[in-house]
Amino acid sequence: MKNKTILIVISSALLMGFIFFAGMNIYKNNEFKKYEFAAKDNFKLFVPEHSIRKGSADAKIFVTEFFDPECETCRRFHEVNLHFLKEYDGKIQYVMRYAPFHGNSIMMIKILEASRKQNKYWEVLEALYAHQPEWGSHHNPQPDLVWKFLPDTGVNIAQLKVEMESPQIQKIIEKDLLDGKQLQISGTPTFYVNGIPPEAFGPEYLKAAIDKALVEL
Amino acid sequence: MEKSKVLIFSAWLSACLATLGSLFLSEVMHFPPCTLCWYQRICMYPLVIILVTGLFPVSQSVIRFASPLAIIGWMIAVYHNLLYYKILPESASPCVRGISCTTVFIEWFGFITIPLLSLIGFTLILSLLFATHRTLTNEK
Repeated sequence: MKNKTILIVISSALLMGFIFFAGMNIYKNNEFKKYEFAAKDNFKLFVPEHSIRKGSADAKIFVTEFFDPECETCRRFHEVNLHFLKEYDGKIQYVMRYAPFHGNSIMMIKILEASRKQNKYWEVLEALYAHQPEWGSHHNPQPDLVWKFLPDTGVNIAQLKVEMESPQIQKIIEKDLLDGKQLQISGTPTFYVNGIPPEAFGPEYLKAAIDKALVEL
Repeated sequence: MEKSKVLIFSAWLSACLATLGSLFLSEVMHFPPCTLCWYQRICMYPLVIILVTGLFPVSQSVIRFASPLAIIGWMIAVYHNLLYYKILPESASPCVRGISCTTVFIEWFGFITIPLLSLIGFTLILSLLFATHRTLTNEK
């Protein structure tokens, strides 16, 4: 009697587990197909004109990153991105899009976009990430600390402060927010390789997605 | 199997279904769970363990341990549904930051939503526990 119950419980558990994982695979496959379709139809969604890019301009593989300068994981992923840009030199380019999810994200994005006008975008991004633990602590964010270290990057602070408020930058942020919403982005960083999301989150999955795109080229 | 065993087994199946279902929604489909969902999960997930251990053998104690969780979860689910279907105003909700508790993620057949599924789950488990209690009292 007891053995029979144990048997029934174990087989039900196995069956439910099996259904769960089968469902997961079916769902992921469907998602994948959906994105592939979206990528072909909506190139602009993943590679919009207004977004800054890094890497060789003639590269055929676009790695779109929705990021937030105030997000710690984005900070850690920045190293990974630089590594990939070296490893796949000439083959990939990064498209930087914003997903501001923190209290001071918008201010930092404005700083980034304003520094872009002075051709200092990457230096400033580097500096923001390097000092992120100071200005972006979640317990005690002190965004004004950025004015202490930003001059080291060589940007003209007075000019930057004026250009930060340009309506053009506001438009970029709004567009990225809107597209992020359409793609249902709920965390940062979120990556797409030629419009297709990696199978799961993590550097190894991003690499696999890039390799896959290279094969299909 | 005796009747009480079938009842607790069914309650366990419901708890498993609710647990796996909610994990599927958040981990596979990446719907972020709101605060109220988390409170309901806190009540639902332990039921999977409590109910299955309570099968060997079935006694009043499984009801004693499982029902507080099921009742608390049920009450939160009722509150969540009242918010969700706008019977209570959202200003009374504790979820102001992050994901709103009234964001509609799924709507199957036009009326089946995630909070409703949770309420159905808790109601089912509670009813099964109640039925087990009656069966055990009658058997004595």
